[in-house]
Amino acid sequence: MVPDELELTWERLRGAVSARRATVDAAQWRAGAEALSRESGRLVALWGSDRRDLGEGFDVQAAFAVRDGLLVLRLPVPALHPAFPDISAFFPVAGRMQRALHDMLGIVALGAHDSRPWLRHGAWPPDVYPLRRDLDAATSFPASDAAYEFVSVSGEGVHEIPVGPVHAGTIEPGHFRFSVLGERVMRLEEHLGYKHKGIEKRFESMRIEDGARLAGRVSGDSTVAYAWAYAMAVEGAAGVEPPARALWLRGLALERERVANHLGDLGYIGNDAGLGFALSQFSRLKEDWLRLNAAVFGHRYAMDFVVPGGVASDVDSSGIARLEAQADRIEREVRALRDTFEEHAGLQDRFRTCGIVTTELAVRLGLTGLAGRASGRSEDLRADLPSPPYDQLDVQVARHGDGDVAARVSVRFDEILESLRLMRLILDRLPAGALTIGCPDPAPGASGLGWVEGWRGEVFVALECAPGRGIRRCHPHDPSWQNWPLLEHAILGNIVPDFPLINKSFNLSYAGVDL
Amino acid sequence: MYRILRQIARVGIVTEPGPEADENLRDTAARIESEVARSFAGALAIRHVDAGSCNGCELEIHACSNPYYNLEGLGIRFVASPRHADMLLVTGPVSRHMEEALRRTYDATPAPKVVVAVGDCGCTGGIFGEGYASRGRVANVIPVDVSVPGCPPTPLAIMQGILTAITRRT
Ligand code: SF4
Repeated sequence: MVPDELELTWERLRGAVSARRATVDAAQWRAGAEALSRESGRLVALWGSDRRDLGEGFDVQAAFAVRDGLLVLRLPVPALHPAFPDISAFFPVAGRMQRALHDMLGIVALGAHDSRPWLRHGAWPPDVYPLRRDLDAATSFPASDAAYEFVSVSGEGVHEIPVGPVHAGTIEPGHFRFSVLGERVMRLEEHLGYKHKGIEKRFESMRIEDGARLAGRVSGDSTVAYAWAYAMAVEGAAGVEPPARALWLRGLALERERVANHLGDLGYIGNDAGLGFALSQFSRLKEDWLRLNAAVFGHRYAMDFVVPGGVASDVDSSGIARLEAQADRIEREVRALRDTFEEHAGLQDRFRTCGIVTTELAVRLGLTGLAGRASGRSEDLRADLPSPPYDQLDVQVARHGDGDVAARVSVRFDEILESLRLMRLILDRLPAGALTIGCPDPAPGASGLGWVEGWRGEVFVALECAPGRGIRRCHPHDPSWQNWPLLEHAILGNIVPDFPLINKSFNLSYAGVDL
Repeated sequence: MYRILRQIARVGIVTEPGPEADENLRDTAARIESEVARSFAGALAIRHVDAGSCNGCELEIHACSNPYYNLEGLGIRFVASPRHADMLLVTGPVSRHMEEALRRTYDATPAPKVVVAVGDCGCTGGIFGEGYASRGRVANVIPVDVSVPGCPPTPLAIMQGILTAITRRT
């Protein structure tokens, strides 16, 4: 599905991701975004890079999901006063990405209604752009404290409740500002960026093999998804494919990551709704799960298991037997716990109609991943554009239409059961053969994309290589970019004490978007 | 309700090492419990601060509270305010944007206070290192008593770090 009226010349990109890229001018950029939004394309990621050292200016790229893959628009912008037409009018989710792009590279989204900083708080001055290549990564600036301008809500009886950045409990830092009337939330404004530690800049000082470890630490709970997306990008850039056995083992690790996170979250969601029993049961199951990961992958979260070119270790027949036995046991326990959840009137009372994102809103604002599937969307890369091993597994997509906490809980249960089924198929049909082709060596300037359905949603990586197996640019993109803005909607009209429950039902990443 | 009771009865008490885990855990748990009883009147209050982690270390801090490790059963509570804390458990390299919040949390914690830096990032800056947005290891920002390496460190390693910190203090 390429909007014909664009009349662009598409170049097909190599790799496991079915993707085409076109270089456009500013008018085509805007028209392209408009046409894609009209034809139900989805904005996956938006990023930029500094090409002045190559005698060019900057460029801005946007990746859109269409029915048969990705379309990437690449817009060169001048070195002096770099700017591009805003596309947040067509894709509201672009707003924060464009603000981050400005913070990092100084490229302006012309016509955007919100031009406040997003990733930059006080760590560097407004006229410094860390991803420009002439900025030394080690430069340290005196703290400047520019106060963030929150949108204020006025009206009789409305008051504000600021929360964070440090929260009660063991969770990531971020700031939430609630405007409430009585007990009801009239508005929530998120302010993130506290964890920004310069990951994108860091990539540029690394070699491809080390970058894999960094990619696996963008958002620790999704380490397999990121490591796979990164490896996919490297392999695409080099025009090579990992052995079949490696791909199937990656699938195994990714499904185990999905189940681990769902188990953990279901425990906390139950706990937040008053059922402490859920937390002790699910956290016990999750611990069993992680221990077997440690035995099978050598790491409780399978960090660094996926490497460019393949996987780091094999799973032997005794490992397979243990994995199969555990799948059977966990399935029985999860089914029993699901019945408990469904029969528990108090729990259902808290879950139903709480934190609703309607299908209409989910489509308009681009909700993605498991939260999207709980709000009537159907996208799941494992089913829509399956790459091996998913092309042989016939993934059944879990869906729900209600968009409330209950729906997100239901989708998680369904996804656990489906992942268990997929794991059994993988273990049953695991192809024999090598584990890796060795770390690929892409040509300088070669670029590749990775796109993987992680447990939270689609993780995307865009990579451009430098000489000597170096990294010229790497942009990792977390699905939480898409979903954080929807959380601001989900809480509207609910009471403040329901926020932890609603928040947990999404469980979005801070680290993944703060970078 | 019946179903819950039946499940509780069937699972029994799992705060008991699984096959591979071990004497070590039993021993660490027992020593934590007696040290907390002896030096903290049976209740050690910990404030966790994520100063810029990848969130991997948080997963393992959470795991410390699962029924296998049962940290809270040993007299340890995670508290919401530094003013009630005896110990700070700090994860991540310290991002420049969290530096001030971390320092303020440290200042608000009543003396004597102990600080445990959790994870390779907290110990050395880890893979993120130091740069325009990262101050690197926790000790670059506040005094650290004990560092727990690992990426992320296992729940047992975190518990041993906590034990070392409270034993050393007294
Ligand atoms: S030590 Fe490892 S797991 Fe912990 S925050 Fe750092 S990268 Fe993440």
